[in-house]
Amino acid sequence: MGRQVLLIEDEPNIAEAIGFILSRDGWVVTHLATGREAAATARRLLPDLVILDHMLPDVSGLEVLGALRGDPATAAVPVLMLTAKGQPRDREAAARAGADRFMSKPFANAEILAEVRALTGRG
Amino acid sequence: MPMTALTGTRLRERRLAAGLRQSDLADRAGISPSYLNLIEHNRRNVTPEVLARLATALGIEPQALAEASAGALLDDLRSAAAALPGAEAEVARLEEFAGRFPGWAGLTAALHGRAAGLERAVAALNDRLSHDPHLSAALHELLSALAGVRATASILAETPDLAADWQARFHRNLYQDSERLATGAEALVAYLDRSDAAADDGATAPQDEVETWLAARGWHLPEVEQGRAEDLEADIAALASAAARSLAQAHLVQVAADAEALPLAAFAQALAETGPDPAALAARFGCGLLAPMRRLALLPGAAAGLVTCDASGTLLFRKPAQGFALPRFGAACPLWPLYAALGRPGTPVEAQVATPGPGGGLFRCLAFAESRLPLGFSGPELRLAAMLILPDPAPRAARPVLAVGTTCRICPRGDCPARREPSILGETAR
Repeated sequence: MGRQVLLIEDEPNIAEAIGFILSRDGWVVTHLATGREAAATARRLLPDLVILDHMLPDVSGLEVLGALRGDPATAAVPVLMLTAKGQPRDREAAARAGADRFMSKPFANAEILAEVRALTGRG
Repeated sequence: MPMTALTGTRLRERRLAAGLRQSDLADRAGISPSYLNLIEHNRRNVTPEVLARLATALGIEPQALAEASAGALLDDLRSAAAALPGAEAEVARLEEFAGRFPGWAGLTAALHGRAAGLERAVAALNDRLSHDPHLSAALHELLSALAGVRATASILAETPDLAADWQARFHRNLYQDSERLATGAEALVAYLDRSDAAADDGATAPQDEVETWLAARGWHLPEVEQGRAEDLEADIAALASAAARSLAQAHLVQVAADAEALPLAAFAQALAETGPDPAALAARFGCGLLAPMRRLALLPGAAAGLVTCDASGTLLFRKPAQGFALPRFGAACPLWPLYAALGRPGTPVEAQVATPGPGGGLFRCLAFAESRLPLGFSGPELRLAAMLILPDPAPRAARPVLAVGTTCRICPRGDCPARREPSILGETAR
């Protein structure tokens, strides 16, 4: 099994693009379109990184982040949050909830790849 | 003819314009020069008869000496001074300013009103940008589609060896996201256009709009009394904002319910027998106390004022009484019996109060609050308090008079224990 990324993103075309970029870089990408099963999936996979959308259709990204940080098994997994809400207070809320990085949509593919590598110590 | 705060100042201006000495005018009007001097400096009230004699001696109409709008103009000028205390306007000489330069005074008040309106518009637009769920959702949709377009286009542009099947998928995704982008942009433009067309920009507070409309109609709506509320539809449709139209409709519903519970002719008869006692009137008609309080204030030509508030103390309805100014912006005087009643639902609160300044006077305030549980016993509990403001010029020896104001910023009572913030006025008007 290669390096694992758990991608939680409800926009299928964005998820497909991110999945493509990371796969070409050697990552194994598991995609979830909702947040409900995210914490359990992360606990099972123990990925090298979680990419988490802020606004999901069922639960908020911040709730998912809280669940990840509250579980000793996933508490240390780096989390990169993506959001179309780029306001400072959203960044602060994500930082308080334990996000390691925060990226606003739209993002450049090279940026997201660089962040993934940096957060996993493989840059 | 009511004596307003500016009557003396106007009188002095007219006398000087006519080239008369105080003693000349006093002789012609049959009063002493010293009494005329006190009147001219707004230190004595003047009876309608003396006012008429002074006007005749000057060859003018009494109305010219006592314009009903003077009190409102002074209130607006005080608010203007309070808004920019650093400008150091000579508040103590406000009446002199308004009397000598009515045009400039009116312009100052109008500019202050315009500035306040623009500030409200800015706040409303800021609030809309921050909290409007439709705008937030529309922008989120656009940014999401844009993110898809950018990521996909980037892959297509930067991956020369992309397999044909992946190329086809990304071209399809690109097309889908560009469609979303176009649809989302059109929806956003349509939404913003609708907002402009509605002129619902917060330039005038909805409550102000409705109260201005009611004041222009004398606060009484005979159409509703006669079961022809539909005749007011055009009036309501002409109100600028949707929120004002909604408030006006709610007011009509309330007035119609009060008119049904307390029919005008029967209410006038009962009033003649019991006097303005909301409890006695409520007992006679078998209704709550708030309905007769509203009715007393909204009768044709009623001199009584009325304010109502919810549990937060926010004023929901403001009908002023002559000499009892009500705040247009900010919170009211915490000493009003209204707030004592708000804290004790079901308990009547009565007090004789004095309002400050040359334009102030004595009033009998009757306040009462009702509590209700629209969602059942477990709450939440809602409260509605009302205060009837009855002109009551004679001091009553049995009870102390409660000194109240309009709102702290423009209240001259420097020793008030309830003061929230400093006033921009001196204590000369106490």
